Amino acid sequence: MTEISVIAVLDDPVRRRLYDYVAAQGSGVSRTEAAAAAGIGRTLAAFHLDRLAEAGLVEVTFARPGGRSGPGAGRPAKLYRRAVAEHEVSVPPRDYRAAAELLAEVVDVTGAEPELQRAARSRGAAAGRAARQRSPALPDGDLVTGALSAQGYQPYRDGGDVRLRNCPFHLLADRHPPLICGMNLALLEGLLSGAAVTGLSARLDPRPGECCVVVEDSKNNVD
Amino acid sequence: MAGFMAGIIPVNALADTAPGFVWRLRDGDGPGATALRPCGPDVMVNMSVWEDLESLRDFVYRNGPHLDFMRRRRSWFHPMAVPYLVLWWVPAGHIPGLDEALSRLDMLRREGPGSAAFTFRDPYPAPAVEGAGLPGS
Repeated sequence: MTEISVIAVLDDPVRRRLYDYVAAQGSGVSRTEAAAAAGIGRTLAAFHLDRLAEAGLVEVTFARPGGRSGPGAGRPAKLYRRAVAEHEVSVPPRDYRAAAELLAEVVDVTGAEPELQRAARSRGAAAGRAARQRSPALPDGDLVTGALSAQGYQPYRDGGDVRLRNCPFHLLADRHPPLICGMNLALLEGLLSGAAVTGLSARLDPRPGECCVVVEDSKNNVD
Repeated sequence: MAGFMAGIIPVNALADTAPGFVWRLRDGDGPGATALRPCGPDVMVNMSVWEDLESLRDFVYRNGPHLDFMRRRRSWFHPMAVPYLVLWWVPAGHIPGLDEALSRLDMLRREGPGSAAFTFRDPYPAPAVEGAGLPGS
């Protein structure tokens, strides 16, 4: 399938809701769970999930519920999760990643990281101020998860912490981890300070397959 | 350098218990290798052996405290215009010496990444011979 056909598969509100739900979960999701989350019947969910799987947007695995195995353990459940591959379409053709890669290499070699972190903090703060201006009365937690969601981080709550399912800079971060993770941390520190959020702070704490930053409850932060 | 030196003991302790860790270079009884200066007084070196590339990558770039040190490296270290990190495979049980390490780094600098000396960005698989396996760095 061409990239544009893959992305076009998402051009249906119900299918998009299903995809967004599946993509936001940390592990495989059953058809039943996805259907309930999207507010549709299981047969319709199965149809859409199969289209998403054909396009390579979701992957299918099979798992036995509750870790049972052997004969009589029950038919394995078909589970869906977000596929790893990235898909991108730009019209007219644009290649910001090629430029980002070059700029990252140069910052690395010239040691301009502190300047990058300063610039990122400043940019994050502007986004934080804008978020606060839009929703002055919103509680800090909601303001932060809303802003993180809008920027593509796919936040989820983990106790008092906010964890981030997605790294918006993934391929670049893979090739320049301390540079890009440092930049990312600065962006998020800036966001929190620009939004005048107290009680939450950003820290590097990578989890497998997730963004390297956790936004945690500062009151519980014991050094 | 005080911030860097303060981190040596806890970060090395994290390495010692990281999955896949095999061995790391030390300068005698010190906690790390900071006193060794084979490349001149202004260059610190560091070397370790791991069971596989992913274990090493996970420690260097996906361990919170170590990644945080990497993020702050410009507070303590000037950037280098030439490659300063090299990876290569060694037979199981082999402990590489500094000469070996420096020759691999030299290979990388002269020839670019190859099966005998490579980087995280351009990795090469372990050679397919019996008894082979562990990446040094």
